[in-house]
Amino acid sequence: MIDALAIVSIFCGLFFFLSGSIGLLRLPDLFSRLHALAKADNVGLALITLGIILIEPDPVNDIKLVATWLLVMASSAISSHLIARHALRESRDND
Amino acid sequence: MTEILWLVFDLTLLILLLALAWLTCATRDVMRAVTLFIAFGLLLAIVWARLNAPDLALAEAVIGAGISGALLLSSIKDYPSKQPDRKQSRVMEGMINVMTLALTGIMSWAAWHALEISDGVRLSEQVYAQVPASGVSNPVTAVLLNFRAYDTLLELAVVLVAVLTILTLNEKRPRAPEIPAALLQSMTRWMVPVLVIMAGYILWVGAHAPGGAFQAGAMLAAAMILQQLANTSMQRNINLLLVRILLVMGIFTFVLVGLWMMSLNDDFLAYEPAWSGSLILIIEAAATLSIATALTLAYMGGRPAGWENANKTRSSTAEDGEAL
Repeated sequence: MIDALAIVSIFCGLFFFLSGSIGLLRLPDLFSRLHALAKADNVGLALITLGIILIEPDPVNDIKLVATWLLVMASSAISSHLIARHALRESRDND
Repeated sequence: MTEILWLVFDLTLLILLLALAWLTCATRDVMRAVTLFIAFGLLLAIVWARLNAPDLALAEAVIGAGISGALLLSSIKDYPSKQPDRKQSRVMEGMINVMTLALTGIMSWAAWHALEISDGVRLSEQVYAQVPASGVSNPVTAVLLNFRAYDTLLELAVVLVAVLTILTLNEKRPRAPEIPAALLQSMTRWMVPVLVIMAGYILWVGAHAPGGAFQAGAMLAAAMILQQLANTSMQRNINLLLVRILLVMGIFTFVLVGLWMMSLNDDFLAYEPAWSGSLILIIEAAATLSIATALTLAYMGGRPAGWENANKTRSSTAEDGEAL
């Protein structure tokens, strides 16, 4: 039962990653691509982390996995912000 | 069933690796090539993990994808975006292709021969038998810092020579004049201590789990690079004498320990068996600081201001906050 939940969670995470990558390739603008990367990929990571935690619950490893997920979320949010800021500045300078 | 899945996974990794390598060499746009190279480094880290080499995976992820990526990105800042189309003679191209193919063929044959044909005697059994006597329980650290310590000493010397060359050639690369984002500065405020603690942990845990001096040093360098990126407007004095001392501390400690052991045991770097663990830890700690300083100086691109007078005065404009 828990294994089935874990597999479903991992597959949903994979779906989010796939849609994020498709968004990266197909969306027209830098800013919308950043949306795809920052949001879809992070939700995918959260679901995959949840799946891994469900497969083999181990207190120490669970804390490490959750900490990894939080760090990835924070760094991807901040780097997306920086990229968008730089792009906005450049487009403003070019006008 | 799992065999087939692993095979599919391995084939996908292999094809992606080759495709990324090809694209990295084939693109005209320098920025794209560097980005692809960083992705290639990350994929290579996954390949190392798949080959059951977590130490190598850690080192590749931090140094190959992280620090090398930062170094490459900061060095292409002033390049034109598209490289001009250079005409290369057909003969030269043909020769390069033939030689690369020949090299690939020879290495593939050698790998296949070693794995299939030869009698399978490997050094690994003897190494594993000696690991308990080496002072650490991680076989990679035992080999790097005990059985082949001399090679690691020479590696540190190579890093030092590279950094000395960078310092000789250039002044520090001038910083971009724009104000960094407040978000970056507040992230750095909590990220740098976390990175420093993780570096210390990786250094400590290298004795019995994947880790070690190079990975920890590269992570510390990443923390310092982050600090550089974020604190552009802050003027801080770094003690350049301290930077010089840190730069050579790794090799100095290594050679000092080697000579001390030579006075005790008649052989350079022949550790006293009872002290092996502590000696390895001391050497690794000094090497971590040296590697971090070296990589940060490499990222900065050259001498910080006031380098020549380091013994007398402090640097006037600096950001390398080595607040250890």
